[in-house]
Amino acid sequence: MIRRVVGFLDSRSGGAPFIRATLRYLFPDHWSFLLGEVALYAFAVLLATGIYLTFFFHPSLADTVYHGSYAPLQGQKMSEAYKSVVDISFRVKAGLLIRQTHHWAADVFMAAIVLHLMRIFFTGAFRKPRELTYVVGVLLLFTTLLEGYLGYSMVDDLLSGMGLAIGYGVALSIPFIGGNLALLIWGAPFPGDPSFESRMYIAHVLLLPALIATLIVVHLVLVASRHHTQFRRPQRGAGDRRLLGVPMFPAQVPRSLGLMLGVAALLFFLGGLIQINPIWLWGPYHVAQGTNGAQPDWYLGWLIGALRLVPSFDVTIGGYTVVPNPFWGGALFPLVVLAVLLGWPWIERRISGDRGFHNALDRPRDAPGRTAFGAALLSWVFLIFFAGSADRIYLFLGWSYEAQIWIYRGLVFVLPIVVFLITRRVCRELQQIDAVDRRREAGEAETRTAGVSASRA
Amino acid sequence: MRRLRAYAFAFGAMLGVATGRGRRKRIVPEGPKAPAAELWVVALLLLSAVFAVGFIVVYATGHWPNRTQFEGIALGGSLAFMAAALIVIGKRLVVTEELTEDYPEQEHLREQVEVSQIVRESGSRFTRKRLMQGAAGAAASALGLAFLAPVLSLGPALDTDELRWSPWARGKRLVSEDGNPLKASEIEENTFYTAYPEHSSRNDIAAPVVIVRLSPQALKLPRARRGWAPQGILAYSKICTHAGCAIALYRKPTFPPIEPTPALVCPCHYSTFDPATGGSVLFGPAGRPLPQLPLAIDGAGHLRAAGNFSGPVGPSWWGVRKKPAIRPKGLE
Repeated sequence: MIRRVVGFLDSRSGGAPFIRATLRYLFPDHWSFLLGEVALYAFAVLLATGIYLTFFFHPSLADTVYHGSYAPLQGQKMSEAYKSVVDISFRVKAGLLIRQTHHWAADVFMAAIVLHLMRIFFTGAFRKPRELTYVVGVLLLFTTLLEGYLGYSMVDDLLSGMGLAIGYGVALSIPFIGGNLALLIWGAPFPGDPSFESRMYIAHVLLLPALIATLIVVHLVLVASRHHTQFRRPQRGAGDRRLLGVPMFPAQVPRSLGLMLGVAALLFFLGGLIQINPIWLWGPYHVAQGTNGAQPDWYLGWLIGALRLVPSFDVTIGGYTVVPNPFWGGALFPLVVLAVLLGWPWIERRISGDRGFHNALDRPRDAPGRTAFGAALLSWVFLIFFAGSADRIYLFLGWSYEAQIWIYRGLVFVLPIVVFLITRRVCRELQQIDAVDRRREAGEAETRTAGVSASRA
Repeated sequence: MRRLRAYAFAFGAMLGVATGRGRRKRIVPEGPKAPAAELWVVALLLLSAVFAVGFIVVYATGHWPNRTQFEGIALGGSLAFMAAALIVIGKRLVVTEELTEDYPEQEHLREQVEVSQIVRESGSRFTRKRLMQGAAGAAASALGLAFLAPVLSLGPALDTDELRWSPWARGKRLVSEDGNPLKASEIEENTFYTAYPEHSSRNDIAAPVVIVRLSPQALKLPRARRGWAPQGILAYSKICTHAGCAIALYRKPTFPPIEPTPALVCPCHYSTFDPATGGSVLFGPAGRPLPQLPLAIDGAGHLRAAGNFSGPVGPSWWGVRKKPAIRPKGLE
């Protein structure tokens, strides 16, 4: 039977050699290699739940009045978009489960991408011949960020409106062209033309998902064509030249499918049991309204922190506002992080002078400079992320908000340098411990052989 | 009959492979049997089926409390048990031998040379390469621009004066959320009010203003704005000049040693503005003071605008400091 199916397909597509090779494609066996797969499967859940949600969501800012089952909103004026999401939450059977799972999946997707990126960065997996795979991955991270932002923005609840206002402020702040650009995107001064909702919608459900899917395909094709990296295991022959791993079929497939279903299970548990973005509590958006303690989804926290840390100034020359304030935290900061991440393979190559092919991974300690730089960058971004929660700290612990911000403003310059120096030192110490271990083992082996030969004599 | 014989042959071949007596060498090694693991897999798969049916039951049986939680447990449970079954299969029931192979060839030097050769040689009949390249560049970029031109229909990108629009003008009454004109006598100290221009769209960042009352002695307004706060009542744009959020917090000094002055605070990035000094920035990232709306009190005691804002409303852009706020054409 199997033979017949294969025969049918092969004689019509010529695919048997390809399938034969694919079945025995080797996957190195290490848990950290699954992080990228977690991201992939979260994306699959996002697609499936997202398609379901489009069957019920109205991308329209037309005014309507709520007459549904949720009493506190009864009789309130709101947009069609917001009302349809309240209806998905309360009227559509299983709608709330799917909506919350979709939201959780976005948060998990971003987290998995970031962890995957950290694995790639700290083990040097981005080096030649995999720079393109890495660049596509970094672009995926930033495309996904925008996709997530649009997703919660088009709901038109109070929180999403505040997020859009900030996005509008950041767009306006781009030097020279900000005003023109913001008017082009929004169609009118904020809150914009009613067609802005359709623009967000088509970007969120078609343009960006198509881009993300394309980037994922390119990413995976590039991974497969150069094969996976691996940690060195000299005693088994795994190094820069030979790859050691389990074949795709039968070994990897059940593990990977198990992981997929496990990720989906986790997301549905989260979506069913842990409330996320209860938009009926936020209420519909109006430009004159704001809420205290508004926090975005976690993956935008670093931008909120950056926007809050910049002191009060606009750069003005001759009456023109050359650099409005939100540009620093909202545009320049993420662009600098993006540029550093994209350029890192070439920056590192410049510094180290290493232009060779690398299939075997570094342990982080074995590349102290890279590890220290990565730790510094990570601590910098996360410090700014935590600065975004200073208002919550003020609320819970009573520490003065202004004082906290001043401390963060100082730490932003000091902490990365300190982290860099400490990490580099720790890596070097660990390397020395390894060297001592190797010498001791070599010495012990020598003593043993010497002892053996002595006893023989 | 021939078919039957073919089946028999295939069956024999399968048996042969399964028992190791076939002519072909195995590709996947045989590995030991694990009947206990198989039973586990069966049990897990059946549990998965039970939970999936549970989801259908929960879904079908209408509205009961905590339905979403049960849906999540049922669907997640079904997926989790199936995941567990696959992991048992992966760990105990399929062969997971580690194999080695060479990494693919790093470079294909011959093909690299041939590709560049093909591209180069294909152009050998062209004699005016520069000119052709120039013409092709001109055509491609002009056509590209032509395709891009309709993008300008998306918004008034060439006329940033729209960013200065404000519905306020001398004589406009200030109305509250429910549409009633606000009286000066209703405005109290230590709290703040949101107001809109009468008979205008409210869904516009230039529409909402915050109103606060300070004691007239506390005011330190610039000289040009002396008459803008009758009885100490002040109006400012409600939209933060940093990133466009609504100024939703009013800090009345509850503890004067650390909060010496009342302040208008934006909850997005905590830009803090001083209403006593004309909306200047006390703390936080905003780069411009809050635009102030001059007020007057009419004969009936109602609050009216005495003019337009002191500057454009909302976040800064390239030309924000160049010209004042304007009334759009076509409004009364």
